[in-house]
Amino acid sequence: MPYNSIEKAAAAYDVVVIGSGLGGLTSANRLARAGHRVLLLEHHHRLGGLATWFKRQGHIFDVSLHGFPYGMRKTCRKYWNRAIMDSIIQLKNIVFDNPQFHLTTTFDKNDFSEILETRFQVPRSRILDFFNTVDGMNFYDDRSMTTRELFETFFPGRSDVHRLLMEPITYANGSNLDDPAITYGIVFSNFMNKGVFTFSGGTDRLIGMMTEELENNGVTICTRSLVKRIVIDNGKVRGVEVDGRFIAAKTVVSNAGILNTVEDLAGIDAFSEEFRESLKPVVVNNSSCQVYMGVKEGETIEDIGDLLFTSSSPQFDAEEMLDRNTKSRTFSLYYPKTRPGHDRYTIVASMNARYEDWASLSSEEYSREKQLMIERCLIHLEQYLPGIRDKCDWLEAATPKTFQRYTLHTRGTSFGTKFEGLEVSRNIFKDVKGLFHVGSVGIIMSGWLGAINYGVIVANDADAYLRS
Amino acid sequence: MNKEEIRDVILEIIQDIDEDADISDLQSDLPLRDQLDLDSMDFLDIVMELRKRYKLQIPEADYPELASLDSCVAYLEPRLKDS
Repeated sequence: MPYNSIEKAAAAYDVVVIGSGLGGLTSANRLARAGHRVLLLEHHHRLGGLATWFKRQGHIFDVSLHGFPYGMRKTCRKYWNRAIMDSIIQLKNIVFDNPQFHLTTTFDKNDFSEILETRFQVPRSRILDFFNTVDGMNFYDDRSMTTRELFETFFPGRSDVHRLLMEPITYANGSNLDDPAITYGIVFSNFMNKGVFTFSGGTDRLIGMMTEELENNGVTICTRSLVKRIVIDNGKVRGVEVDGRFIAAKTVVSNAGILNTVEDLAGIDAFSEEFRESLKPVVVNNSSCQVYMGVKEGETIEDIGDLLFTSSSPQFDAEEMLDRNTKSRTFSLYYPKTRPGHDRYTIVASMNARYEDWASLSSEEYSREKQLMIERCLIHLEQYLPGIRDKCDWLEAATPKTFQRYTLHTRGTSFGTKFEGLEVSRNIFKDVKGLFHVGSVGIIMSGWLGAINYGVIVANDADAYLRS
Repeated sequence: MNKEEIRDVILEIIQDIDEDADISDLQSDLPLRDQLDLDSMDFLDIVMELRKRYKLQIPEADYPELASLDSCVAYLEPRLKDS
């Protein structure tokens, strides 16, 4: 069992991992398996970061289990274990409903090609060209082309096609038409490989299995342990300060936000002029709002799909999607099949949101706006599930302020940083020896799969340093 | 290690990464990526495993040297001659 304070931790480790998001958990696991002594610290009482859940009156609400790409299977087998991989199951009914189109898809390349050809009348050759282009995109490609330009090249003037291609990715990683095309292409082709998958048993089961694996590999885990600062001396990491204790460490892997890591934990003075310059263009991504709806015990709801991308906005509009009064939301539906044995239904509505829109409200306004948001979600959902209002016995809302409180992320970002953050994150150890960062940066390294894979990449860097 | 031993080590590591990988009729001069279902994350795993076993540091710029079985052996032989 993880310790619930820093008290039992030893005086020194090879590696201290700050934060237990999926990236931090994976770096810790990988480094422990490579033979290093690892301490994992989490400020909250629960591991997982944004990969989290909470319980209310017998309901279990998943916060970020909405669907990930097939690649999670291989990644979980290699960097976690086979039992985790075996719990990954497909979500087959992805629904789009908006003024431009209504359709249900498995969200994979075959089905999308079919839909684009028959429903949207796009020539087959054009569809193939588009898929070949996005499949071939990689991190080292030219970044000057935007997603908008990519769409205009292949589907000029087709705002309906643009919406079909863009909307799910905007919900998945906060990106929009003005971001580099590769940040779209890489994430989109990951999903298009084989569709959308989820974790059977829910987030609580996944994090439980990961915790067990970490402990089997000898990782010391302390929750309720907030790191005050990373101790750096002469350009080199010495350890961390936690609750009045100093823990010595050869390396620190920070899974805090990149700006939190540099500005709050390490302190800007620890970095070179050049590095500070590279930090300036880093833009924190937007955040999210969610409404959690719990269906009464014994009640059932019809299967209307696993993931519903719904909007009454006339066209795809990233600004509209961020507005507090947005008409665009994703409904994630959790049927009893999500948690076999737990015979309950829950629904989570997710909206993109700006931190400022919520942080600027007085506490009365804030409570009122949350109630109004719950109300708008219920009215919207009644279109798909008539009578849902009376079937729910729990309604609750989260805003960017909620995300900020639990993750401590700058401006409550739920998607890390825009593209520039990746380079800063990758280069941090070149500036301060022994300091590494893992977390959602650069849009590509976000989402569950991106976070885990980035955890592996950073663990490799840290391992190289430890063995040098 | 000699050429043959290095070759066996690489195959063993690949098998650890993907136990379903069919290495029986691998063409040693062709890219591993095209013959097995290996991606860039798998190559990172190979690099990390070689570092763990032989304290060998392979800089990122040299990763392309690991493309085929032959190129792996050619790259690693001088570096692992005392291992």
